[in-house]
Amino acid sequence: MSVPLIETKGLKKYFKTPKGDLHAVDDVNLKIEKGKTLGVVGESGCGKSTLGRTILRLVEPTAGEVLYNGKNILDYGKKQMLEVRKDLQIIFQDPYSSLNPRLTVSEIIAEPIKVCRTITDKAALDDKVYELMETVGLAERLVNSYPHELDGGRRQRIGVARALALGPQFIVCDEPVSALDVSIQAQILNLMMDLQDDRGLTYMFITHDLSVVKHISQEIVVMYLGQCVERASSEELFRKPLHPYTQALLDAVPVPNLRHKQQLTGIIKGEITSPINPKPGCRFAARCPKVTASCTKEDIQLREIAGGHYVACALY
Amino acid sequence: MTEKLLEIKDLSVIYKTDEETVYAVNDLNLTLNKGETLGLVGETGAGKTTTALSIMRLLPDRTGRITRGCITLGDLDITRASEADMRLIRGNGISMVFQDPMTSLNPILTVGEQIAEVLQLHRLDMSPEQKEKRVDEILEMVGLPADRKHEYPHQFSGGMKQRVVIAIALACEPQLILADEPTTALDVTIQAQILKLMKELKQRLNTAMLFITHDLGVVAQICDRVAIMYAGEIIEIGTTDNIFEGKKHHPYTVGLFGSIPDMTKATRRLNPIEGLMPDPTAPLGGCKFHPRCPQCMEICKTAKPLNIIDGTHAIGCHLFAGGAGHDARINLESTGGAE
Repeated sequence: MSVPLIETKGLKKYFKTPKGDLHAVDDVNLKIEKGKTLGVVGESGCGKSTLGRTILRLVEPTAGEVLYNGKNILDYGKKQMLEVRKDLQIIFQDPYSSLNPRLTVSEIIAEPIKVCRTITDKAALDDKVYELMETVGLAERLVNSYPHELDGGRRQRIGVARALALGPQFIVCDEPVSALDVSIQAQILNLMMDLQDDRGLTYMFITHDLSVVKHISQEIVVMYLGQCVERASSEELFRKPLHPYTQALLDAVPVPNLRHKQQLTGIIKGEITSPINPKPGCRFAARCPKVTASCTKEDIQLREIAGGHYVACALY
Repeated sequence: MTEKLLEIKDLSVIYKTDEETVYAVNDLNLTLNKGETLGLVGETGAGKTTTALSIMRLLPDRTGRITRGCITLGDLDITRASEADMRLIRGNGISMVFQDPMTSLNPILTVGEQIAEVLQLHRLDMSPEQKEKRVDEILEMVGLPADRKHEYPHQFSGGMKQRVVIAIALACEPQLILADEPTTALDVTIQAQILKLMKELKQRLNTAMLFITHDLGVVAQICDRVAIMYAGEIIEIGTTDNIFEGKKHHPYTVGLFGSIPDMTKATRRLNPIEGLMPDPTAPLGGCKFHPRCPQCMEICKTAKPLNIIDGTHAIGCHLFAGGAGHDARINLESTGGAE
């Protein structure tokens, strides 16, 4: 089998707090094949964004490995890291706060190129900026506009153009469409899928929106309190969710279809518990409708149940 | 029997600054019956929140103004009521649940005090003990333990804060609740809990609700009727059945549904609406949707479409004018001046 483009092994990120360690990402193992999209879903506070940032070393992991093309990038020095950053990019959630308000559209898009000095010629750089703007569907006349003059959809296009500037292999998309209206959201999703088809990009798509994740990804990881509780192909996960949390999550999504009226009885009670010094055992146990005594005894490992379908649950 | 509670007629609202005038709501007509939940759906800037703020008369003082039309609640004309009368209505006759529970509570008052505040204003006959009892009751009703009333908002999670906001809105058992994206800031599992709660309470208290949202999924779960708003106008309105199961739709509604990835089907590409919402400072002639409409005709650019009514379903689009074999009547009183 070929080497996956991105792989994490036992990746952990603990934040120190006065009350103890906050387990934001706890022992996550995942693989992303080249040209594919891995969706990461979970509710706020489950560590999805931290996972994305840790993979890119925007926050340093506490333990574990991040392999890019089979090499552990955590061993890289500053110079090597700058080199590899050209291949690893990120699109942020909020197109309002992730763009520097004092820079024009062209300056924002050109910035990564200037930092990495891949193009030094002024005219060539301008051409590149225009080319990128065209790729993401930004009109040429906007080149000297400031972000505040543009709407959310256009701003997010700038974010996409900036991520593409260095010709990356892998892009972490951290909730790129959640701040946008549905019609604009659909435009950006189409754009991202077209780019993937054209350039063979690999995405890690972080979102809390299950319909979006199903639409865009081939494989999905469900996270709960820093841990991966289920991993399966997108089709399999929606057809046959195994973990009670995944089931509850799927049940809770309001479907815009009258024949699929929600069973309001199946809603899980309670809320996400504290990620600070979590107790051993399954972290979902406190809210789980199928909880048994064995759930809280010891940590439950992610195990393969059927071909490519992994779940961390004592029921299986 | 259905009994009219709220009626909005030809409402127009503008925001005026030194530099420009924003036409936020244009000739909007809407009725809401007792005990009914009406979903008001649209994208950012469609005028949903402005409509709700007009009903509460909470438009920003210096800039916002109702230029035309009237809003009646029962027998009272809200647009002409005095500020003193409005104070009696807010929180008592109509109350509002805001989008963001993190910012709509006062951080320096305990949640018990904040619920009691409504009672102090509107239930002058209640003794302090009765008020205290009512606070406990209402907290239990929204699923919070009464002994947490001495805590401050920051001690609650987002979902619990939204429960507190709902408790405040329900304290005086209003006839009408305006819920402005009450679940948008919440996670899906918490959203499901809150929707369930609102549905149960509404049935128990027979409150009417105007539910503002951009999520068609939420609408399908909770609403009896749906109004779709675009650029300050209602372009389609009908029962939930009409909107979700009906055959005829406004092209914008079609685009809105095409933009949502369907969890039950596998589609490679979405069918979004191209382009953006028109600039609200320069009102367009004709149908507001015509520059983006895939089925735009010559008439759409000049004449404003009338609402074509088919039973409970109304669509403001030229495509459906003239009947075309259907039993369509033109509603003469809805929008004027097209001819």
